[in-house]
Amino acid sequence: MTGRPRTTAARVLQNRLFLAACLACTSLAVLALAVLLISVLVQGVPGLRWNFFSEYASRKPDRAGILAPLSGSVWVCTTCMLLSLPLGVATAVYLEEFARRTRLNRFIELNVRNLAGVPSIVYGIIGLTAFSRMFGLVGSADGTPLVLGDPESFLHLELPFGQSVLAGGLTLMLVILPIVIIASQEALRAVPRGLRQASEALGATRWQTTWQVTLPAAAPTILTGAILAMSRAIGEAAPLLVLGIPLFIASTPESLMDQFTVLPFQIYSWASRPQGAFHDLAASGIIVLLAVLLSFNALAIYLRIRLQRSTAS
Amino acid sequence: MSAVPSSQGQRVLEAARCGSPRPTTLRDARERVVRGLLLLAAVFSVLTTTTIVGTLAWETFHFIRLPEVTLSDFLLGTTWSPLLGAEKHFGIWPLVCGTLLVSAVGAAFALPVGLITAVYLSEYAPPRVRATLKPVLEVLAGVPTVVYGFFALMVITPALQSLCTWAFGRPVFPGYNATGAGLAVGVMILPIVTSLSEDALRAVPRGLREGAHALGGTRFDVSVRVVVPAALSGIMASFFLAITRAIGETMIVALAAGGLAQLTFNPASETQTMTAYMVQIFLGDAPAFGVENLSSYAVASVLFVITLALTMVGNLLLRMFREEYE
Repeated sequence: MTGRPRTTAARVLQNRLFLAACLACTSLAVLALAVLLISVLVQGVPGLRWNFFSEYASRKPDRAGILAPLSGSVWVCTTCMLLSLPLGVATAVYLEEFARRTRLNRFIELNVRNLAGVPSIVYGIIGLTAFSRMFGLVGSADGTPLVLGDPESFLHLELPFGQSVLAGGLTLMLVILPIVIIASQEALRAVPRGLRQASEALGATRWQTTWQVTLPAAAPTILTGAILAMSRAIGEAAPLLVLGIPLFIASTPESLMDQFTVLPFQIYSWASRPQGAFHDLAASGIIVLLAVLLSFNALAIYLRIRLQRSTAS
Repeated sequence: MSAVPSSQGQRVLEAARCGSPRPTTLRDARERVVRGLLLLAAVFSVLTTTTIVGTLAWETFHFIRLPEVTLSDFLLGTTWSPLLGAEKHFGIWPLVCGTLLVSAVGAAFALPVGLITAVYLSEYAPPRVRATLKPVLEVLAGVPTVVYGFFALMVITPALQSLCTWAFGRPVFPGYNATGAGLAVGVMILPIVTSLSEDALRAVPRGLREGAHALGGTRFDVSVRVVVPAALSGIMASFFLAITRAIGETMIVALAAGGLAQLTFNPASETQTMTAYMVQIFLGDAPAFGVENLSSYAVASVLFVITLALTMVGNLLLRMFREEYE
């Protein structure tokens, strides 16, 4: 605090002015959200008719619906979650409970932090190369895939994965895996050390302690993090767009090898057309997407409150 | 407690003596297997990085080797025209410039506003205001980027146009422009700046604040001259991580910034970013192994190197900050 001495009145005025600036900036964030929600609602609510949910995509705006992208989003996000939750939690458990501070483990830790900063479209390119095309190593040169199992059954594989639900789920897994790992690590770190020490004093091994004591204690927090990661996955369009998923499909997926499209991609495609009628459809789609995401957020908040109550009692 | 063991105690002791002790071999083996499996999961993330680096390097190498491309043209060239015209040019700078332009507009909005909001939340706001503002920021953070793109296209750009028509008599901004997209990017990264900066500010020890107040500082003096400098590395980390997100942002710029790669720093012009170029290539039916397809790998490499460098600096600053106060 150098410079010439200031009068008290000047300092109080300065404080007041800064508080006013604070309030202005803060209300800017609230205002942005309000304008966004209101503009989308005004434009999109009239389009929320029943056949918006029951029709497939169409070139005529008044006949177009979101049946295919909605079911595609459900399929691909469920797949993504089933893949990334076990893998992410296992990585977090290894780093927090098992890893000694060797050079390798510190490298893994640093690597996860850096992966969290990789843009999702880069993951899309990796998904395209590694899952959709499998580096061009599998399948015949003319593009016909190698089929394992009965193509009619639910459980069959086609290599490479192409534009299937499985390829999409794996690509989204790459995107959200760092988020799941970091959230699970923080959840495990929040479990009191005394719980682990008590368990180990009773003769339990490291894994017995983790499986029966630490993980159950951390489960609600891990779940909250997983829900937030999943809402990220639902909103992602860029990595799936790179995979080359189709826009017009008149069927819903029935197995992991079926083609799919997702809601954010459909919204992007409607919004990028010049006709206003498609913009209204995009707004209606956004309302559905935001409704899904807000209910996920509400679920996460509910879990957090319940968790706080159970640890307080 | 009694010196003479009770009959029940004797029975337990006897049972323990008779029953064969559980062998620990099986238990130890299981422990080793589980440990191995968990290590395998952890190594998967390293494998991901290796795949990213390997794939991008390999395909970029093939791109550079193409007859119509040279390394110096790619790294130093100022024309990016891969699709139009008889002669194709692959100079990365127009795309880098477009990316920086959009990110700069976003940062110019989000960094000051985010930091001041963080100072307000951490130093000024009464608990009840905090409790209502935090969920608003969480919702903003959870809005998908394609929604922000729609917002830029439908609300921000028309608002800018009518503002300029009112002020200068002409719209100034075309339908696709860097400012509309950049402001939407700014709204998107605002919650990142706010929540990370607020964490940093709140981690500053109470004693520093109390000391400054005791010296007669106003709340402004305490927040801006003591707490903010003390949390500076944490705040810088939040800036770096937010800018990384802005540079990698795809759907907003693909919708609202246009598709014209040009070397300009005029925020009212149409521009194309690295990510928007990739969207253009993968949405059009570029042949899987043609020059356009390979060029998108090269662009992805540049994007990856830039974001990786920024993330590493951000994480380094964050670690410095944590070592200082935690």
